[in-house]
Amino acid sequence: MKKILSGLFAAALGFATVPAYSAGDAVPLPKYEWSFDGVFGTYDKASLQRGFQVYKEVCSACHSLDLIAFRNLADLGYNVDEIKAIASEYTVEDGPNDEGEMFERNAIASDYFPSPFPNEKAAAASNGGKAPPDLSLMAKARVGGPSFVRALLTGYEDAPEGFETGDLSYNKYFPGHLIAMAPPLSEDSVEYGDGTAATVDQMAADVSHFMMWAAEPKLEARKNTGVKVMIFLIIFTLVMYAAKRKVFAKVH
Amino acid sequence: MSFKTNNKVVQWVEDRLPLISMGHHTLYEYPMPKNLNYLWNFGSLAGFALVTMIVTGIILAMQYTPHVDMAFNSVERIMRDVNNGWLIRYIHMNMASFFFIAVYIHIMRGLYYGSYKAPRELLWQLGVVIFLLMMATAFMGYVLPWGQMSFWGATVITNLFSAIPVVGESIVTWLWGGFSVDNPTLNRFFALHYLLPFIIVAVVVLHIVALHTVTSNNPLGIDMKGPQDSLTFQPYYTIKDLFGLGVFLILFAGFLFWAPNYMGHPDNYIPANPLSTPAHIVPEWYFLPFYAILRAVPDKLGGVLAMFGAIAVLFVLPWLDRSKIRSCKFRPVARVFFWIFLLNGLFLGYLGGKPAEGWYVVASQIATAYYFFHFLILLPVILPMIERPRELPSSIHEAVLKS
Repeated sequence: MKKILSGLFAAALGFATVPAYSAGDAVPLPKYEWSFDGVFGTYDKASLQRGFQVYKEVCSACHSLDLIAFRNLADLGYNVDEIKAIASEYTVEDGPNDEGEMFERNAIASDYFPSPFPNEKAAAASNGGKAPPDLSLMAKARVGGPSFVRALLTGYEDAPEGFETGDLSYNKYFPGHLIAMAPPLSEDSVEYGDGTAATVDQMAADVSHFMMWAAEPKLEARKNTGVKVMIFLIIFTLVMYAAKRKVFAKVH
Repeated sequence: MSFKTNNKVVQWVEDRLPLISMGHHTLYEYPMPKNLNYLWNFGSLAGFALVTMIVTGIILAMQYTPHVDMAFNSVERIMRDVNNGWLIRYIHMNMASFFFIAVYIHIMRGLYYGSYKAPRELLWQLGVVIFLLMMATAFMGYVLPWGQMSFWGATVITNLFSAIPVVGESIVTWLWGGFSVDNPTLNRFFALHYLLPFIIVAVVVLHIVALHTVTSNNPLGIDMKGPQDSLTFQPYYTIKDLFGLGVFLILFAGFLFWAPNYMGHPDNYIPANPLSTPAHIVPEWYFLPFYAILRAVPDKLGGVLAMFGAIAVLFVLPWLDRSKIRSCKFRPVARVFFWIFLLNGLFLGYLGGKPAEGWYVVASQIATAYYFFHFLILLPVILPMIERPRELPSSIHEAVLKS
């Protein structure tokens, strides 16, 4: 049923629009399966939590996550106390207080994830002249979405013979292949609490999953609403069709 | 069967303001040709799309902040924190595309069945005005989220006016409200994006007044000659429009709930950055044929003139097509060229999405030349010489009975 519906829908997509954009010099991405694909797709909370751990312990050293507040982590399956505990590990600047001074305090659930750098210039200065992009919308801001992120994280390889990389790294999936980000993940970069083996592939899959959630937190509500609306529309349309047939039956 | 009532209150209002009888006339007893096919559904679908855009747009405007530092994040706030904000915004985004789908089909239907010919010239021209206003509105709306494509699309399109000799540069500065696309530009685009839909509504009212004066064309392209050729709007076309609306909404919901960003561009989820130009600046899909025409001409001013000319030519179409026969059903040669024109238009759309390099450039030039050839040479000069139309049926009623 799922397969048929998605198949029909894919056909409708292909039929209704023209391919509008150039693929440029992009390498075709591997076909990944995601739990959030398809008509009834949902996020895998265990994967989201692991992906969050990868973000927290690896990515967040350089990349901000400006649009996500600690309270949003409830979507990942954390309860209020766990969220408070996570937030309290971070310090944020607040103020001014009654003396007119800015001060630092532990973050609370309503705070947003603090950026690793005070401003974009500082981020660029610490990273060879180019600020690492914010990750909140990364999974929607690149052609290929989460699959592009996952492919990129596993796409580091030795540059072909004669390809000058300089200070940069060679990545199979990055447009132009030269990427400023050094390979961020290596075997056991993190230690997963649930015992999952932290291979590069696994961490890339988890953190891409997490980034898709960060970019599209309402995906589950959207698909869930969609199924109900679609059932209503199909019934509505069938009734209208029957009524139309009846009304026009006497017309000659 | 004109409007009558026994209700004293209704009659009292009616004697002072004949609203109810007007409604009765336009939505109930108005005669429609009895042989309309489903291509005649797209006018009402476009009207539905317009209303949807206005309703969702007003709600979005309550949450949106038109400032270069806050616009992008205010849209993300709508997507994340406003109750059902994601739904309202995705409806607005996707219905814009579906509005254009409906209107393009509506226009192609008019081209095929000769709906622009006497006495429907003004009806057609008002439609072209609506199309132009829609394009302006959609363009300015796409700027509002202040993503990369918003910013660079606005830069490219407003720069077109610099092609005007002598005063071009000054006009662009005036449009921007400064020396680049910046906060004043965003503010005025927001103001105009809110205003123009209501002007569209006004022109739609004129479009409908004109329609009700000349009545609908039909697949045979011959006039209704009496009650045996027509059906009242209610119940026949109200129910047919509702069924069509259901099908339209099923397709729409497919995109809305399962591929809401399919017709958008990923770069617009990157905040606008005046210091970083995207590799390929492409407009929304519905502008691509015209974008291809713009880029096909090597000269900037020439390109701008060609692009606006491509729409201006629609404006004078009623006098370019000299055939007295409306429907392509009875025009064996025009019918073939209609399909070639349609394919050429789709091809232009494909080319508009490609970078302007290699064979794409030459193909755009050929397709652009063909677009104008169709309107300026084929319809007024060649077709009258070579086409012998088939014989028209004597009435709609007779043709319907035969089939």
